[in-house]
Amino acid sequence: MKLFTNKLRVGLVTASIVVIAGCSDSDNNEDPEIVLPAPVPYTYQVTVTNLTHAQPLSPIAVALHSSDVKWWSIGEAASDALASLAESGSNEALLSNAALFSSAAGNAPVAPGESVTLEISVDDIANAHISVATMLVNTNDAFSGVNGVDLSSLEVGGVYQRNAHVYDAGTEENTEAMGTIPGPADSGEGNSEGREAHDVVTLHPGVVTAGDGLTTSVLSADHKFDNPGVRISITRME
Amino acid sequence: MVRSKVKLSVMSTLVVSATAFSMVSSLQAAELNVTVQNLTQGIYFTPILVSAHSSDASLFELGDTASTELQAMAEGGDIIGLVSLTDSLSANNLTNPAEGLLAPAQSAQGMLSTDDGNTVLSVVAMMLPTNDGFIGLDNWPIPTEAGTYTVYLNAYDAGTEANDEVRGSGMPGMAGFPVPGPLAPLLGEGGTGLDATIANAAVNIHPGNIGDDNESGGVSDVNNTVQRWLNPVAKVTIVISE
Repeated sequence: MKLFTNKLRVGLVTASIVVIAGCSDSDNNEDPEIVLPAPVPYTYQVTVTNLTHAQPLSPIAVALHSSDVKWWSIGEAASDALASLAESGSNEALLSNAALFSSAAGNAPVAPGESVTLEISVDDIANAHISVATMLVNTNDAFSGVNGVDLSSLEVGGVYQRNAHVYDAGTEENTEAMGTIPGPADSGEGNSEGREAHDVVTLHPGVVTAGDGLTTSVLSADHKFDNPGVRISITRME
Repeated sequence: MVRSKVKLSVMSTLVVSATAFSMVSSLQAAELNVTVQNLTQGIYFTPILVSAHSSDASLFELGDTASTELQAMAEGGDIIGLVSLTDSLSANNLTNPAEGLLAPAQSAQGMLSTDDGNTVLSVVAMMLPTNDGFIGLDNWPIPTEAGTYTVYLNAYDAGTEANDEVRGSGMPGMAGFPVPGPLAPLLGEGGTGLDATIANAAVNIHPGNIGDDNESGGVSDVNNTVQRWLNPVAKVTIVISE
């Protein structure tokens, strides 16, 4: 009986105990029976706090993945999945990527001043990277989060915390116009067709608002934000 | 002795090549690979000066009046004065690694060998379109341990020119901002001008652009949905090898 599979090798580097038994009774058996230890779970609690004045956050997207996955890079075009999150607040496309080890999704927006905590787990992978993303919904395509943080040095009980910048997906012009903003300030459309703007991810220049001279804007002074936009705190539970 | 090495890398800035580490010129000197990334959506940086110098000098100080050399950089993007000033202090400079304007979201990279005593790093470049705004790193202590370090830079106001936000001159003391080629089609024109006076004559954290949404008039020639920023405006990555 062959229990050993390639899939588990990654975890065994750190899991360390492999019991080999029952191979003395047969010289022909080239596949010794191996009793594997129970999977080693790595569980993280992710708390996202909305630091803004009046920008609800879309339901949070959290994923564990390898170092090959990058949800965004400044200076490069946003993926369609990121564009969808940044324009409409939907985390569906971003989390449906088969390359992710695991994912977790918030089920409701996070109001200004509020926090939400999600839990995410993976078995046997000690060097997972974590990404978190959420839209500032009273904008055209602003989002915040952390991008592929290496968790390999985080001990059980250890905390990684970062105050995150607000990014601009660069996929929709920041017109702030009626009908273009999905949040409660407008209840407009989320995704817009194609790539209207600069089509590279950058830090966000901030919203202008009608009061500050953008005549077509549906936003008010309350919707202004600054860096940092969200606080993200990751605790390793096991 | 002042050495200035300029090594341009347009897009491959995320890759620190192994050859960079073989360029160490002496056992005592630190070898720095410096990358400056423009994090903004619509602000250009004029030629960048990266200077390693002694900690008793500085290119600018918050709350102090700008030097004439800093003023020339902040109002017109001219770093010649700062280069000769730092040269006279035996600084090690990396000048103009972007070979001109550094566009939004782009990076520029270069090598810098530091002599003993040049223990702090400063970075400046004018921000366009602004009247006298600049990115600034002021006397960052260069770590003695090899490794990769990241520093985020804020936008400063030199306090030497009123922020009228209209097309004009890059000469020190002259109103308006210079408009190099790539900026010309991105700006409005005919703005009547915002601030006519300098509110703070010392170096300060820049209050930000106001701009307007009128391309052929209004109060400002700055586009208010694109040519604004929130801090930080630049990311500097320093890879130190010994």
